Amino acid sequence: MATDTLTNHSAHAPEHEHHDTGAIKVFGFWVYLMSDLIIFGSLFAAYAVLSPNTAGGPTPEEIFELPFVLVETFLLLFSSFTYGMAVLAMNDDRAEQVRNWLVITFLLGAGFVGMEIYEFHNLVVEGFGPDRSAFLSSFFTLVGTHGTHVTFGLIWILVMIFQVSTKGLTDVTRPRIMCLSLFWHFLDIVWICVFTIVYLMGVL
Amino acid sequence: MSGSHNAPGGASHGSVKSYVAGLILSIVLTVIPFGVVMSGGFSTSTTVVTIVIMAVLQVLVQLVMFMHLDAKSEGGWNLNAIIFAGIILVLIIGGSIWIMQNLMINMM
Repeated sequence: MATDTLTNHSAHAPEHEHHDTGAIKVFGFWVYLMSDLIIFGSLFAAYAVLSPNTAGGPTPEEIFELPFVLVETFLLLFSSFTYGMAVLAMNDDRAEQVRNWLVITFLLGAGFVGMEIYEFHNLVVEGFGPDRSAFLSSFFTLVGTHGTHVTFGLIWILVMIFQVSTKGLTDVTRPRIMCLSLFWHFLDIVWICVFTIVYLMGVL
Repeated sequence: MSGSHNAPGGASHGSVKSYVAGLILSIVLTVIPFGVVMSGGFSTSTTVVTIVIMAVLQVLVQLVMFMHLDAKSEGGWNLNAIIFAGIILVLIIGGSIWIMQNLMINMM
């Protein structure tokens, strides 16, 4: 009886374990995201404390252009949506579509990073770099950290496009796509806080 | 069917409908705060309250509709982890602002 149960158990174990490994991986990634959230929280706290200190330099309303930020916001929002479409295509086992949605997501994300680099470049050229004032130091650190995350997300998307093309949708690539999904949506959520607290409240 | 069952991380319940609904809600919740600030026709306190409420709503919309956060996935551990992170965030951000504000008042 005992042996029977044992054999039964081990016979089912591989399949079950495989399924669980993916779920545990995604949950572990979720826990990482929570720690990342604390990092962003610290940077937001620093920004909230330091942003009034402009040291004779430009104030937020002098350097922020809301229409520009609105376009950035929509690029990131739509990329979040297209990534969701990639996950749905994955659930339906359509590797070709997953790849296409990932490519669209990459282009939208690249547009966002490109706009951010353009904004940063213009500020530095005008002499409003991170060394100008405490406000600008905390601004560049907060928004730059977010931009760096998006950039690494873009690299990860490229890797997944490659892996889906070569390996297909397997038990190995699926959890990776799910982790990247959480990462990408998470960055969009952080951006909501950025445009609200930094840009919108900045120009008030 | 088995494909959606295989999806790890409690993310199997996403559908085109929920993503489209999330996208439309997010667009509305983005356009309203930008519109309120750019029109400049409202008092500062009204504007701040409006954009903060819109931001909180949009964060919740995306957590539920894009990231599929609920009390059931992973036996509720996803939700536990984010609630814990939320408490830490309140301590870090609220505490920093409180302390630095006090310091500034006392040193001026």
